[in-house]
Amino acid sequence: MSVRLEASSLSIGYGERLVVDSLDLSVIGGTVTAVIGPNGCGKSTLLKALGRLLPARSGAVLLDGKQIDRMATRDVARVLGMLPQAPSAPEGLTVADLVARGRHPHQAWYRQWSSDDAAAVDAALEMTGISDLADRTVDELSGGQRQRAWISMALAQGTDLLLLDEPTTYLDLAHQIDVLDLVQELHASMGRTIVMVLHDLNLAARYADHIVAMRGGRIVAQGTPGEVLTERMLLDVFGLDARVVEDPVAGTPLVVPVGSRHRLP
Amino acid sequence: MGRRSLGLLFLLVVLVAVCLASIAIGSKEIPLSGVWHGLFTPTGAEDDVVIRELRIPRTLIGIAVGVALGVGGALMQGHTRNPLADPGILGVTHGAALAVVLSIFLLGVTSLYGYIWFAFAGAMIASVVVFLLGSAGRGGPSPVTLALAGAAVSALMNGLVSAVVLLDQQSLDAFRFWQVGGIAGRDLPVLTQVLPFLLIGLGLAAFNAPGLNALSLGEDVARSLGVKVGATRSLGILAITLLVGSAVAACGPIGFIGLVVPHVARAFTGPDYRWLLPFSALVGAILLLIADILGRVVARPSEVEVGVMIALFGAPFFIYLVRRKKLVRI
Repeated sequence: MSVRLEASSLSIGYGERLVVDSLDLSVIGGTVTAVIGPNGCGKSTLLKALGRLLPARSGAVLLDGKQIDRMATRDVARVLGMLPQAPSAPEGLTVADLVARGRHPHQAWYRQWSSDDAAAVDAALEMTGISDLADRTVDELSGGQRQRAWISMALAQGTDLLLLDEPTTYLDLAHQIDVLDLVQELHASMGRTIVMVLHDLNLAARYADHIVAMRGGRIVAQGTPGEVLTERMLLDVFGLDARVVEDPVAGTPLVVPVGSRHRLP
Repeated sequence: MGRRSLGLLFLLVVLVAVCLASIAIGSKEIPLSGVWHGLFTPTGAEDDVVIRELRIPRTLIGIAVGVALGVGGALMQGHTRNPLADPGILGVTHGAALAVVLSIFLLGVTSLYGYIWFAFAGAMIASVVVFLLGSAGRGGPSPVTLALAGAAVSALMNGLVSAVVLLDQQSLDAFRFWQVGGIAGRDLPVLTQVLPFLLIGLGLAAFNAPGLNALSLGEDVARSLGVKVGATRSLGILAITLLVGSAVAACGPIGFIGLVVPHVARAFTGPDYRWLLPFSALVGAILLLIADILGRVVARPSEVEVGVMIALFGAPFFIYLVRRKKLVRI
């Protein structure tokens, strides 16, 4: 149980505005962490900074104890993978080619393809169950298949840390479950450490070991789903009046919003 | 052998055929036996001289310029992720034009050789200015800021060019001749002067291909794959400047080919730049030579410059491409 990824008094801003405000976070190896919070709370910004896509205004991100912006970007890319929200592929790109591009950090200019690369691509396609789609182009896939293809690319990168920014965006509920089941399988069978931003609190409760609730660029609560997802927290963080009951399937907290037309007696 | 290797071989064969046609066909009719004679057993007869001194250099320059514009166009569309991007949008062409006009107006330069270095310097300066302007904001050079800076700088330089040629009739006459863009009347020294820059540009382009592949998935994905986005962009823009600058310096502005060629090449290769760049090189050379050959025969005994032919035939072809398939998202 070691800390793999760490934010230490991390501040990030766009122009004058500070989006993440001296935030501390430790991601323990082998866990699934979900970051939740209302729109604009800085959760995607935090994830980007953890994946060194955004520079820190002050403070630092540490990967295995080393300051991430002082490491060679290629070295980082062999350990830490990141999938942004709703990525787009060029038209006509096949699934196999997309997944193969995940091998970039392992390739040199003069050695574009090796048997290791081929094995990693095959394994990634196998893992996500889309081997039979390898020769299809990404743009002809359904939303759920497309997300699997992108996750395969991140898997082919061969990193044991994976950051996912809203991996379920634009998917219907069945496909959301499908993608999150896949994420959990990666975690369970391969021991990968996963940090993801999720909008759906009930899915976060079900699929994460650790939940981080953010508001206004700060962490306001973190812990197990049971500790974090309380009626009190929902009111404080989201301004949402809700009841929390037990999920009849998984036993995790289940958030039931009240809404203005359904005042309880 | 893969489909794409076969395609490359096919294009190579087509290029050789087009080269032979370019040597054999011209405003002066030379029978095939005469062509053979001129190529392999020249005796200094008039036909031999036409072939060795005019048509072969012209063909070689056509290949070089076609390759440069094809690869430059593919790089440009890749870096801007814009299927309508033309290598000229970095201001290279207008920078060269302004430098040529000034060299005519201020220094009285009137020879094609004289223009080469002015055009090349103008292309370089314009590109550097556009790059600095486009990277001045937060986040460094981005496709949008580069395109905007390029458009603004081009407009400014275009205005200056117009001002000079309106002021001075002599500049206008000399400039009009340069501005059409052609490979006729250029001999081998023209090519050898720009060739080193062109070759460096091609080398950088090849080096740029894997990074460009990653960048085509979006900057965030590229960065998380370990690509240094700023360095990759700068390298690509340097390659574009060298390639297009060499082409403009050697032949004047030849529009459209950098826009159309990558679309044709993409139909063979799909969006993998490691294949797209060599295909664009060959398709560029082939299209440029075909346009030049057509220009020699449509108005015999006089000739139409290749820049005009490309526009005449390229535009309908491009409209056909666009209508046949919705414009490719890059």
